[in-house]
Amino acid sequence: MTATAIRAPHARVQHGPGRRRTFRRRHALTILGFLAPAIVFVCWFTYFPMLQGAHMAFRDWNLWDLTSTPWVGLANFATIVSDPVFPVVAGNTVVWVVGSIVPQLVIGFLVALALWRRFRFRGLYQALVFYPWAVSGFLVGMLFRWMFNAEFGVVNDLLMKAGAIEAPLPWLAEPRLAMVAVITANVWYGVTFFAIMILAALQSVPDDVLEAAAIDGAGTVRRLFSIVIPYIWTTLALTVLLRAIWTFNSPEIIYAMTAGGPAGRTHIVTTWMIEYTQQGSYGLASAIGLAVMVVLFVFCAFYLTAIRRVNQR
Amino acid sequence: MTTLVQTTRVAPAAPRRRPSRVTAGSVARVVGLALWLVLTLFPLYWVVVTSFKSPGSINRWPLEYWPSEPSIDNYTELFATSSFGTFIGNSLVVALVAGATATLIALLSAYVLARFEFRGKGAVLGAFLLTQMIPAFIALGPLYAMLADLGLVDTKPGLALVYVAMCIPFSTVMLRGFFENMPDALEEAAMIDGCSRLGALFRVLVPVMAPGIVAAFIFNFVNCWNELFLSVVLMNSDANKTIPAALNGFISTFNIAWGPMSAAAVLTVLPTMVLFALASRWIVEGLTAGSVKE
Repeated sequence: MTATAIRAPHARVQHGPGRRRTFRRRHALTILGFLAPAIVFVCWFTYFPMLQGAHMAFRDWNLWDLTSTPWVGLANFATIVSDPVFPVVAGNTVVWVVGSIVPQLVIGFLVALALWRRFRFRGLYQALVFYPWAVSGFLVGMLFRWMFNAEFGVVNDLLMKAGAIEAPLPWLAEPRLAMVAVITANVWYGVTFFAIMILAALQSVPDDVLEAAAIDGAGTVRRLFSIVIPYIWTTLALTVLLRAIWTFNSPEIIYAMTAGGPAGRTHIVTTWMIEYTQQGSYGLASAIGLAVMVVLFVFCAFYLTAIRRVNQR
Repeated sequence: MTTLVQTTRVAPAAPRRRPSRVTAGSVARVVGLALWLVLTLFPLYWVVVTSFKSPGSINRWPLEYWPSEPSIDNYTELFATSSFGTFIGNSLVVALVAGATATLIALLSAYVLARFEFRGKGAVLGAFLLTQMIPAFIALGPLYAMLADLGLVDTKPGLALVYVAMCIPFSTVMLRGFFENMPDALEEAAMIDGCSRLGALFRVLVPVMAPGIVAAFIFNFVNCWNELFLSVVLMNSDANKTIPAALNGFISTFNIAWGPMSAAAVLTVLPTMVLFALASRWIVEGLTAGSVKE
């Protein structure tokens, strides 16, 4: 989505300046009238509560004692950072995001490449392979929780049949294995998005350039790295950014599979936040949320600047 | 419609047909695609198979990859022990109403954002995009308090209102992409012929881009159908709960009953899968329109 912000201003509808002045007043009414419902809804039910939530981050706001919600300044942030779980959560979040995005990008790219050239039943194949899109993160978590079940899980059974392991592994009870399990589920879930975006980008690569290169003797690999990848580079970079933000913010799979356990060892920031919410500590939960927002914002700013720099070169 | 079709059809870089020969590359491609198909379908296969196993055979070694004694006991148990029928109905009502309302509102804002240049346009778009970046939990507590003041906690209208707000930003961006593909000569002609702007929008543009609008609606519907945390926090009576809130209740118990749980999962996923499959082409186009354009 951020893509829209920095994409070349080509498809803009231009109204001549003279014409514009004549219609300005009527246009202003149209614009206001058409935008009003959307803005009212988003402000009322999204921004207003969010700002209130941000406000709680600076208060000792606990669901069990609403008689006093004193202003505590940055104390909530201090509490969070000094929590012994904090380093684990921070590390897990990075592992979760990077460990999910990299395989998603690689597999998604390969799937998109394989789908690029038309073949019979391609439409059917896409319809079959893209279905994870329709499933909620929570349900994906449930499906994988059942498959990774230690006693009757199909993953253990298949691995044992393949001779990879000798005895069933306690997937969701051992912290490292649990991280592997939740990331596996997320990779499975996210490849579709990358495949869709990259396939669309691939289809925008002009045929004639590819043909010219082929005539000049460039092999498949050479064309991929010298033409295709440079051509779709911006889309790739933006898709990664979008997905990173989304992954950062998405606790559903972990929530459904381990709820952050065992002993908080698979928490990422957002599942950690849920736990505080469930304990009624809205002040602390909001502080985490606010910190996440700031981190994401800074990250986006750096990332987008970097993309722009590279593109200008 | 023409433009919509064009953008999808121009794309296929289907190179001219070469004499097909078996190369290492084409073998790798077929094997890779087959492998990914199996990996993608397996979780679905597994949950369907589990749901049709007899209750006794779910927790038993060796695992059965095909139910030895197929039964619908899990489904009957699901409906006997919970009000799952009611939950489905609630989800359906909320997702339909919220999805349709959000699509209509987004249609108007998307139109303006695609057709006019005005001060503050960037700010509006930016504010919409920002909502996708903020963790929603930060708003949960205040949202609950707000709906409580309005007497709308644990009611379908309350949840629908929140969902409308949730769906508007993204469907605006999606629909804006479709509007930008439409020549503005289309509604200009209608307006010269005496249509109001609203009239031109609904009589000329909407019919032409109906597939895109349906796709946006389906996308919204599926998002509302799938939404978890708001429904968990806002809905707590069995009469008003939606499916995700109910499923969350199922897993909070210490021992998950995987049989009925699988049955519930199948029933939850089925409608959205069908909808997505029907509209996948336009949804894909809408999703990619913003970022990948000519």
